[in-house]
Amino acid sequence: MSAPPAISCHGLETGPAGRSVLRNVCFDIPPGTVTAVLGPNGAGKTTLFRTLLGLIRPARGTLALFGQPVKTGRRDVGYLPQTRTPAGPTLSGRTHILAALQGSRTWGLPDPRGPAELDRLLQELGVSSLADRPFGSLSGGERQKLLLVQALLGQPRLLILDEPLAGLDPAHMQDVAVLAGKLAREKGLTVLMSTHDINPLADVTDQVLYLAGGEARFGTSDDVLTSPVLSTLYGCPVEVFRTPSGQVFVSAGRT
Amino acid sequence: MLQFEFMRLAFLASGLAALLSGVTGWFLVLRRQSFAGHALSHIGFAGAAASLWAGLPPLAGLMLTAGLGGTVMGTSGARQEQHDVAIGLTLAFSMGAGMLFLHLLNGPARRATALLFGNVMGIDTPTLICLTVTVLAGLAGMALLARPLLFLSLQPELAEARGVPVRLISGLFLGLTGLATAACAEVTGVLLVFTLMIGPGATALRLGLTPLAGLAAAAGLAVAEAWGGLALAWQSDAPVSFCIALLSLLVFGLTTLRMKRKNGDVQNTQF
Repeated sequence: MSAPPAISCHGLETGPAGRSVLRNVCFDIPPGTVTAVLGPNGAGKTTLFRTLLGLIRPARGTLALFGQPVKTGRRDVGYLPQTRTPAGPTLSGRTHILAALQGSRTWGLPDPRGPAELDRLLQELGVSSLADRPFGSLSGGERQKLLLVQALLGQPRLLILDEPLAGLDPAHMQDVAVLAGKLAREKGLTVLMSTHDINPLADVTDQVLYLAGGEARFGTSDDVLTSPVLSTLYGCPVEVFRTPSGQVFVSAGRT
Repeated sequence: MLQFEFMRLAFLASGLAALLSGVTGWFLVLRRQSFAGHALSHIGFAGAAASLWAGLPPLAGLMLTAGLGGTVMGTSGARQEQHDVAIGLTLAFSMGAGMLFLHLLNGPARRATALLFGNVMGIDTPTLICLTVTVLAGLAGMALLARPLLFLSLQPELAEARGVPVRLISGLFLGLTGLATAACAEVTGVLLVFTLMIGPGATALRLGLTPLAGLAAAAGLAVAEAWGGLALAWQSDAPVSFCIALLSLLVFGLTTLRMKRKNGDVQNTQF
């Protein structure tokens, strides 16, 4: 019997506070692949992620992770929320990671010692030297890498990364994108990451999920990022340009 | 000065209140809820004044209203901007209600002064026993909540996704903060609760310690500032609240200067 899809979503209608932000969303994501979730602001990327995490109950449809129903607190799902101004900027990166590790499982006083897995992951991702610096003194890219370590603790099978490239310079964007691809290849992780720009992820993405106008299209980049598909999704003429080097640009307004 | 019974009681009471205030203050500053802490003391003032009017000990009313107020505030789940408006209005109404009860009581002005500015040198043994029980219960509660509360404070969205009961933890924390506020108000008065609650917590956070060391530093600083303030008041005849506030400000200012010289400005430091 073949393994169930990492994410199986059929006829999904969901949104915060009873609103329908997404309607009739259907896709099956195979395990061990990288999926870029694309779309404009307010298209429902974070809403989809919060539904996958069990924080929003869908109004309709079925949704399963590795054949199991979604619920909060699943140990096999790692999550990197959108970066905001960090609380506790004077506390070290290690403190931030340990807080997440200890705070979701146990009560009592914080323990400054971490598991061996933490040091191994910090070394593996090349961020050991960042972990003991104040979190507020790190650049956006450095913070993202440390938080990625946090998301990887506990050996998740699915990694949900919400706008991990937002605010990063091109070099750090490339670093994070390469890292995501490496995690999927070497650890067999299924990676789902939202972004406004597919280009930094072009080399590592197996498929894209494009959200717009409350609907979704799923498939390879070549299948989805086309003028007819995006024009239908946006409900207006949309042009898709591809450069000889493979970069994709989307432009609205031309007829 | 320790040859006098009232001074021994004052040192014990202020040390106890400072312990709990330091610990809860570290989290209040980390969570950027200093304003909520300030409001709780005013809510407590209304409760204390109502207690006096009803012929009950003011500490009982102070604890009940501040503790309940904190729990309601924490479990409401309102966004920060909604919180600030609601807290501001509640704070103003509480002060007004407190003044009304004191007016109805028609008692001497020193009662109002003691509530507003503290009267640690007038603490008696029953009050000290009540404070001891409150502080021990509060510290036990904080020790139990510390891990999920720290997670929730640093990464609220992730904590929610991991199944941490966000509203419950927030409500329990602000409830315990209400108790700490009540204990602290016995020493500094409701208007100067910040001196023992926010000053030491903010100073300890500036030091960039691990959470456990930071909490210990906040509690230690609060006790040192409370005792230092008492000693300074004894020597100078200045009000205790003023002496504690002065020490709190000095320690925070000097620590900030020292850490800036050592590390430079840490980005996004908002306290």
